[in-house]
Amino acid sequence: MSAVLDVHGLKTHFFTHAGVVKAVDGVDFTVSKGEIMGLVGESGSGKSITGFSILGLIDPPGRIVEGSIKFNGEEIANAKEERLQGLRGNRISMIFQDPMMTLNPVLRIDTQMMEAILAHESVSKQTAWERSRDALGLVGIPSPEERLRAYPHQLSGGMRQRVAIATAFLNKPDLIIADEPTTALDVTIQAQIIHEAQKLTKQTGTAMIWITHDLAVVAGLADRISVMYAGRIVEQGGIDDVIDRPLHPYTVGLLGSVPTANRRGKRLFQIEGMTPNMLDLPRGCAFGPRCHARTDACDQQPLIKDIDGRSLRCLNPQRAPEAVK
Amino acid sequence: MTVFIIRRLLQALLVVFMMSVIVFFGVNIVGDPVYMLVSPDADQADIEAAISRLGLDRPILEQYWLFLKGAAQGDLGNSFIFGEPALKLILHHMPATMELAFSALFLAIVIGIPLGLYAGLYPDGMLSKGIMAASIFGFSLPTFWVGLMLIMLFAVELQWVPATGRGDIGSFLGIQSSIFTLDGLSHIFLPALNLALLKISLAIRLTRAGVREAMGLDYVKYARAKGLSTRRIILVHVMKNIMIPVVTVMGLEFGSLIGFSVVTETIFAWPGMGKLLIDAILQLDRPVVVAYLMIIVLFFVLINLIVDILYSILDPRVRLQDQGA
Amino acid sequence: MSDATAHPALSAGIPAKVETPFQRFRAEFFESKIATVALAVFGSIVLLAILAPWITPQNPYDLAQVSVMDGRLPPGSEAFDGYTMWLGSDGSGRDLYSAILYGLRISLTVGLASGVIALLIGMAIGLVAAYAGGRIEAIIMRIVDLQLSFPASLVALMMVAALGKGVDKIILALVIAQWAYYARTVRATALVERGKEYVEAAQCLGISRFRIVFRHILPNCMAPLIVVGTVQTASAISLEATLSFLGVGLPQTEPSIGVLIANGFEYMLSGRYWISVFPGLALLFTVVSINLVGDHLRDVLNPRLKK
Repeated sequence: MSAVLDVHGLKTHFFTHAGVVKAVDGVDFTVSKGEIMGLVGESGSGKSITGFSILGLIDPPGRIVEGSIKFNGEEIANAKEERLQGLRGNRISMIFQDPMMTLNPVLRIDTQMMEAILAHESVSKQTAWERSRDALGLVGIPSPEERLRAYPHQLSGGMRQRVAIATAFLNKPDLIIADEPTTALDVTIQAQIIHEAQKLTKQTGTAMIWITHDLAVVAGLADRISVMYAGRIVEQGGIDDVIDRPLHPYTVGLLGSVPTANRRGKRLFQIEGMTPNMLDLPRGCAFGPRCHARTDACDQQPLIKDIDGRSLRCLNPQRAPEAVK
Repeated sequence: MTVFIIRRLLQALLVVFMMSVIVFFGVNIVGDPVYMLVSPDADQADIEAAISRLGLDRPILEQYWLFLKGAAQGDLGNSFIFGEPALKLILHHMPATMELAFSALFLAIVIGIPLGLYAGLYPDGMLSKGIMAASIFGFSLPTFWVGLMLIMLFAVELQWVPATGRGDIGSFLGIQSSIFTLDGLSHIFLPALNLALLKISLAIRLTRAGVREAMGLDYVKYARAKGLSTRRIILVHVMKNIMIPVVTVMGLEFGSLIGFSVVTETIFAWPGMGKLLIDAILQLDRPVVVAYLMIIVLFFVLINLIVDILYSILDPRVRLQDQGA
Repeated sequence: MSDATAHPALSAGIPAKVETPFQRFRAEFFESKIATVALAVFGSIVLLAILAPWITPQNPYDLAQVSVMDGRLPPGSEAFDGYTMWLGSDGSGRDLYSAILYGLRISLTVGLASGVIALLIGMAIGLVAAYAGGRIEAIIMRIVDLQLSFPASLVALMMVAALGKGVDKIILALVIAQWAYYARTVRATALVERGKEYVEAAQCLGISRFRIVFRHILPNCMAPLIVVGTVQTASAISLEATLSFLGVGLPQTEPSIGVLIANGFEYMLSGRYWISVFPGLALLFTVVSINLVGDHLRDVLNPRLKK
């Protein structure tokens, strides 16, 4: 099988003073070689924590309490720190949301790129420098030699994110986890960045998990999509299936609340209520209290069912999604 | 940059001038030094002769004018007691004070920063809590009393090191200092530790706060995501960011070390300029008091300037602002 | 940092108790055992100092009650007059226990008086800066910054060098050394408050500038002022002791704790530790207890650390 990543039953909980926060509570998905999977959800749905769990970057009071993360067939959930360190930035890279905050302000770009190579390979500094320069060229940065000598604050936001992307691809990883990489950027820059990322995954065969709250972004980018709500994946399937015929009421609501040009003048759909308190989740389906299709049976946590070529965690799938369109 | 330095130097000159007014007139209000100088059974003629010899019979404004004229030529007046130029006396005592202050700064940095780093990395450990409790004491304990206790413990009870005075002086690279001989080191250890105590606490607190803040920042998480070793993250990414505020504050504190050395020198009978000042105040040796205070003010202004320049070298963001301005 | 910790849900859903700010403050303050103990220790010290004339066997500065025969007696010795000197006696035969309590009266008076005066002056100047704005504010803050670039200890030393000895002079020196800390605190808080919407709203309502400063801005400055006040008072007490120890603070006729320690210094090397150590411990307890209270006050009153 060509699954680069196989996550099964992943549970990451945070043991806070106020109680246990089940940030990720039983998540399953696989990502194949060269595939881009969109991981969509509101803030607090556990999508970023899922990403950090894969890299083993969960800090106390949080930890992975259950489940397996198989990377190229190797179990890496709760693996030894040395093993994870060898994978991070090497076989699995990560791109963060805010390039302003993630690049170290007092180190030059060349230092920050070269160290990612030198941490994993014993090559000469010259080689590392040349590879960094070529990587910058690859993401469309003009005069990369000059940029390498710059400090982060001397670059624009879009430029910084390109640096982050170039850094992520430096070691030709098998998997890249991109955590809202375009959220902090202008829309035009956003499109360019998405284009670069897409191009590079196609060229290198790198698999990618693109974490975002923005359905419009993944619609044009991902091959598959997983929708998260309150620590669980509620709907997962091919991008066209999910976007065109959403089955889960939450997905329907999310899609309905995206303003688009061809719905001008029509009322935007609103999901009623608020995101749930993660310390005090409703019984059964966490989306229940906000769901218009809720029935008494929803007091039991729905299991994952395979319907219509996708997996779904809902007892009352939406049969007529056109109604909300 | 040059403009910046020139502007700062002019400001410094103004400050020194203002302080000269305050100090000169202030010192001349207190007591009558003549009675300290002439023998108790001197008659009126002797006293008047002494007054005119010291120039105290002239109007205060004229005295000040003469002082200013002298100061412009590097002459800060002659000591009433020793009859030598006050500046020469102070310069003669300066190396001992400098040696003490530098040793204290050195101790503060090599003891305070590692302890603060540890307390910041493991904030919940017993050792960290102990370090922090000790630093509260370091802040609260009056320097002079700690000095007394150090003498009592190490010099009187344990007899490990001598209690007072400066030891043999060695020479290294043309620099004369007591830190180049064993005897000198044994003499300087207690006073330097005493003087350093407050600054050790300060370095601990600054470093700890900086580490704790930095460890939660995205750039640390990003550095971890690149697969860098913990060692490199702490020593390069975290430390380089923290060193900026720490170096700034410790640099600024160097002036206060020289100020505080007055106390330490008195307790340990260290023949520096602080001891000279206290003796001069007690003996109403006005020119020495004025000269000391002038030199200290000049010193402070220069330290502030040097720290500002250092800061702009360390922090690339500050450098850019400076070029823009 | 991460989704979960930043999630508002973590803090939501916990019902807020209805209580006055003072009740809340009191409850939070006494949550800390260390701070409670520190406050109790400081309270006892103040009480002991006030009651000194009634609870000591000797007025150490009434020459009729002091006998040189009692000089340098170790702790627990019996005095010529029959009472026990639990802490020993000093070089001129004063009972150290009595001398310490009387000394605390002077040290605390100097520390509190200079603290309060510096607070009032600093607050007034800070408010004037905030009230006047513009040029006056710039000049005031320039002076404040300038003074703060010198350590308070050095400024105080300069002042006593210029002013001479005596209780009034040392209080003046300490006020001069410390007012700037208060002024900076008030100005910094005022700047923050001045930028807030409610001040803009008050301005739009035509409320006078004077009223805005005193009714709206000043109350907001109280919390940081109290914190700075405790820390600065502790440092004033410690500074006075230091200056007196150096012989440039209080004269022998007004023996604060610092003077007592200085008197004991000469006997230290001959092993008569108690003459310096016991007054030193009294000073230590005073300063550390105030600092611990101040440290905790900072945590309790700091709105940024509020849950």
